[in-house]
Amino acid sequence: MNIVVCVKYVPDATADRQFEPDNTVDRVGVDGLLSELDEYAVEQALQLKEKREGEDIEVTALCVGPEKAVDAVRKALQMGADKGVHVVDDAIAGSDAIATSLVLAKAIEKVGPVDVVMCGMASTDASMSVVPAMLAERLGLPQVTHASVIETQGNQVRVKRDGDQATEVIGGTMPLVLSVTDQSGEARYPSFKGIMAAKKKPLETYSLADLGVDAGEVGLSVAWSAVEETTARPPRTAGEIVKDEDGSGATALTEFLASKKFI
Amino acid sequence: MSEVLVLVDHVDGAVKKPTFELLTIAARFGEPSAVFIGAAAQAAGAVEAVKKYGAAKVYVVDDTEIKGYLVAPKAEVLQQLVEKASPAAVLVPSSAHGKEIAARLAIKVSSGLITDAVDVQAGPDGAPVTTQSVFAGNYTVQAKVTKGTPIITVKPNAAAPVETEGAAAVEQFAATISAAAKSAQIVASQPRQASGRPELTEAAIVVSGGRGTGGNFEPVENFADALGAAVGASRAAVDSGWKPHTFQVGQTGKTVSPQLYVAAGISGAIQHRAGMQTSKTIVAINKDEEAPLFELVDFGVVGDLHTVLPAATEQIVARKG
Repeated sequence: MNIVVCVKYVPDATADRQFEPDNTVDRVGVDGLLSELDEYAVEQALQLKEKREGEDIEVTALCVGPEKAVDAVRKALQMGADKGVHVVDDAIAGSDAIATSLVLAKAIEKVGPVDVVMCGMASTDASMSVVPAMLAERLGLPQVTHASVIETQGNQVRVKRDGDQATEVIGGTMPLVLSVTDQSGEARYPSFKGIMAAKKKPLETYSLADLGVDAGEVGLSVAWSAVEETTARPPRTAGEIVKDEDGSGATALTEFLASKKFI
Repeated sequence: MSEVLVLVDHVDGAVKKPTFELLTIAARFGEPSAVFIGAAAQAAGAVEAVKKYGAAKVYVVDDTEIKGYLVAPKAEVLQQLVEKASPAAVLVPSSAHGKEIAARLAIKVSSGLITDAVDVQAGPDGAPVTTQSVFAGNYTVQAKVTKGTPIITVKPNAAAPVETEGAAAVEQFAATISAAAKSAQIVASQPRQASGRPELTEAAIVVSGGRGTGGNFEPVENFADALGAAVGASRAAVDSGWKPHTFQVGQTGKTVSPQLYVAAGISGAIQHRAGMQTSKTIVAINKDEEAPLFELVDFGVVGDLHTVLPAATEQIVARKG
């Protein structure tokens, strides 16, 4: 069985994230790392493999991104993925989700017949949460997304999803696209052994030409949507802070809410 | 004038408020056409509802054949409507479900996609220009679609719904659904119990509890009820199992932008701030005066939520008489 986990290299969410002059995300000036939400996808791919011990299952970590993005693939290998694929090409810079999903889909096809495409629920930078659905559309596969629990039997997949109106059980048949939430279970830390082993794991690098993608189909200049303006949010002016002493806090709070007409 | 397609968000025919907001937005660049995908028997009520908010046309698509098959069939329905009507834009509610429908539709009709708009206005050329809040609310960006039919998912509270009578001419639309679109399905469903409180993303006031509740949400809930507010929770509270994930406000939960946000016992990690930073007025109650959330607040109380909230609840109830 082949499992491909899509991993994204994102600017650290706890750092001071910025835009470039061309309104693309600054992916160089800010420290990057494997998107936290994709760690859950790597974890679930590894658990799927571990639960089906004895079967021939290969987990491939796939990343589309600049040179430095290979760090995201390495992290996945250290966690336990079997091999890595990094698609890097200057023409990709500034691609929107639509172009990114095209490159990912072509890379998945290149990896070979896939049984499960595993994704995180969203990226921590653009957080659009649309790439799994786009991959399903492009690859012609069923999509089972936002899973908090995954169970498989043979080629049958059942997941639990906590929706607003209901908790649902969703079923599909492999091959399919799965996405998992941060409720699916803590992602493991790479062990020392895992870090050492990762150095020997195969890591392939592809260009767009390797995937048969025309450079004119991707990148900022041909994106189907354009950011026209980015504006940093003005800092909030410091508010009033009171210390609660003998119930004074509750009275002050009530007064504040009343002054703003919330009561 | 071109049509603007609005996908109706409803539960068993009861149309939800964000749909009315979308109809109001749609009228800014064209004629709002509501797309109702649901049970034929529930269509009449939905048509009445969207008529009040200016729907000129309502496409009614009977979902008997596709119910339970998640998003793929709905994307096919919209694709066929886009091909038929050549709309000026397609507006979809920015839920997890809505974003996936929009994502698939964008690929199908080779059009640009923008998600999570908090505002949509007509630009100088009449085409929609969107505003989004990104990087945990630290930036706002303005964007537009440059190819095909603009497909835009819009967050709740992006516009105040304007009541205006529309013609609401009903057109039954029989979509052709491929077998491939029916390859994943809901096999079991456990409906949530109604809380009687407003929905988190739509509420004007949200009161959230975090680690500081110690698992006792009663003071938070009573305070919320006194204000007619929705109840939310931080990731710490959800991870502790005190509240289900649907209550979570933050990067991996709901993004809320209410008139008033009250955070009780929440320190204010980036994960949480990402979900509430754009709220109009922010209030925090926390024992720890060093809590980072105090940097964001309009009003803060350094104190124990277990004493402050019940006392404030009593005062609010008394004031309301």
